[in-house]
Amino acid sequence: MLLFNPQYGYLEGMVRGFKNGLLNQTEYQALTQCDSLEDLKIHLAGTSYGTFLNDEAAVVSSSLISARLRDKMVAEFEHMRNHSSGELSKFLDFISYQYMIDNVCLLINGTLNRRQLSELVPKCHPLGIFEQMEAVTIAQTPGELYNSILIDTPLSEFFNGFSEADLDEMNIEIIRNTLYKNWIEAFYKLCKDIGGCTEETMCPILEFEADRRAFLITINSFGTELTKDAREKLYPECGTLYPYGLSMLGKCDDFEQVRQVADTFPNYRSLFDGVGQGASDFTLEDKFFKHEVKINMLVFMRQFTFASFYSWIKLKEQECRNIVWISECIAQKHKAKINNYIPIH
Amino acid sequence: MSIKTGIASALTLLGTFISFYIVYALLTNQLFLLDIGWLLTAFGPIYWASLGIGLAMGLSVMGAAWGIWSTGASVMGGGVMVPRIYSKNLVSIIFCEAVAIYGIIVSIIMATGLKPYNGDDPATLAMNYESGYRVFGAGMITGFCNLFCGICVGIIGSSAALADAANDKLFVKVLVIEIFGSVLGLFGIILALILSSEAKFGEMK
Repeated sequence: MLLFNPQYGYLEGMVRGFKNGLLNQTEYQALTQCDSLEDLKIHLAGTSYGTFLNDEAAVVSSSLISARLRDKMVAEFEHMRNHSSGELSKFLDFISYQYMIDNVCLLINGTLNRRQLSELVPKCHPLGIFEQMEAVTIAQTPGELYNSILIDTPLSEFFNGFSEADLDEMNIEIIRNTLYKNWIEAFYKLCKDIGGCTEETMCPILEFEADRRAFLITINSFGTELTKDAREKLYPECGTLYPYGLSMLGKCDDFEQVRQVADTFPNYRSLFDGVGQGASDFTLEDKFFKHEVKINMLVFMRQFTFASFYSWIKLKEQECRNIVWISECIAQKHKAKINNYIPIH
Repeated sequence: MSIKTGIASALTLLGTFISFYIVYALLTNQLFLLDIGWLLTAFGPIYWASLGIGLAMGLSVMGAAWGIWSTGASVMGGGVMVPRIYSKNLVSIIFCEAVAIYGIIVSIIMATGLKPYNGDDPATLAMNYESGYRVFGAGMITGFCNLFCGICVGIIGSSAALADAANDKLFVKVLVIEIFGSVLGLFGIILALILSSEAKFGEMK
């Protein structure tokens, strides 16, 4: 705390400025009242987004809005990453590895299905771009891809325990989930090593993320051919569920048993309340998003911590999802569920 | 390597040297080497006084610099998106600067009092030694009070800047907390001036 500001205070001030520019309740109300996407564009021009859509010659559509919102967030993140130094650089790089994992899985999938590079590259998330992405079509199999290209990227340490034969045989989703598990455990360890206020604020956020991942993997694996052993190997071990909750989750067969596991943990019991199999107002994933927004907003009550950067990115992504949801509802003229976005306040 | 390991290793090294010195004196029957009374009178009064003045100025400036370091970074960062905070938050920087001014006031007052003396008369010697110790104590008080005051005002100033950027009604409220913080330096200088006002150097009249 005493020595944080000289090195990182400028960027923390800047990220708090970005966070103060997130849309508030009145602006969301104004957006939901819009009748067309042109109207939405005019309303967005009055917020901190400014005239980001003005140069578009094409007709405004929700996919265009989604792409431009993401570009703005990426520009702000890259600006901060370029200005950062020391431990903050490592931290911001770790945040970008999450998007790199998604990009790599997209590329592996594309290589297996013999797609053209020009189709794949625009679909990659800009934060997860690494050098040699263009060279990806050289490889014919995932194993070759790893040996020639991925081994030079920062992701190589998350490929622990895979051999080349494993990569060729494994399902792409299992590769993605194992990489994600290794990433989140390494991130947790980094936050603990940085210590101080960063450890106190980041670790609960990462624990919630790990637990949420475990719940979602379990629920989504019902009815698929994923065996219980394989499923247990995908659970990240840095959450509050480790070790007893994870072993209980590993034995679950249906949603009710998962709910019973959640009932033994007080903070997750309230998230599972009121969620049924039928159509309710909020699904379980929406409740997870709401809880995530709440803990990310609380981070801004603390100062001298790197968690502000992580929380800002998550809140900005949630805001992009909200705006895209609203614009989809407007475009399809189906405004019944337009208020189902997650409010950020 | 973090700063914490650096400070820890420096302190450990210092502790090792001191303990070796003490054990050497004990074992070679040279306990007079550990005589604190000798240490207090071996250094002359002018040395003690100068050390006090140096500490007063040096530590005050360190506190002020640390404070401006902390506050300045946050004001600049917050001001990127909200430029209106620049002018109001210069007040926090001025509070930190005031800490350095306290230090220089005390140092000048004490430094102008130093005069040479004739070392034969025991009464003169006693007066000068007492004054030397007084000025050393006053310097220590000023130095350490201003050091911690500067750090405190700096951290509050940075929080004030970020709170102001979020909501402009908060600035005056956080400023009240900062005023309480800057009073710490004032305590130090008041006590130092009381202590050093009785310090008289030179010949006895």
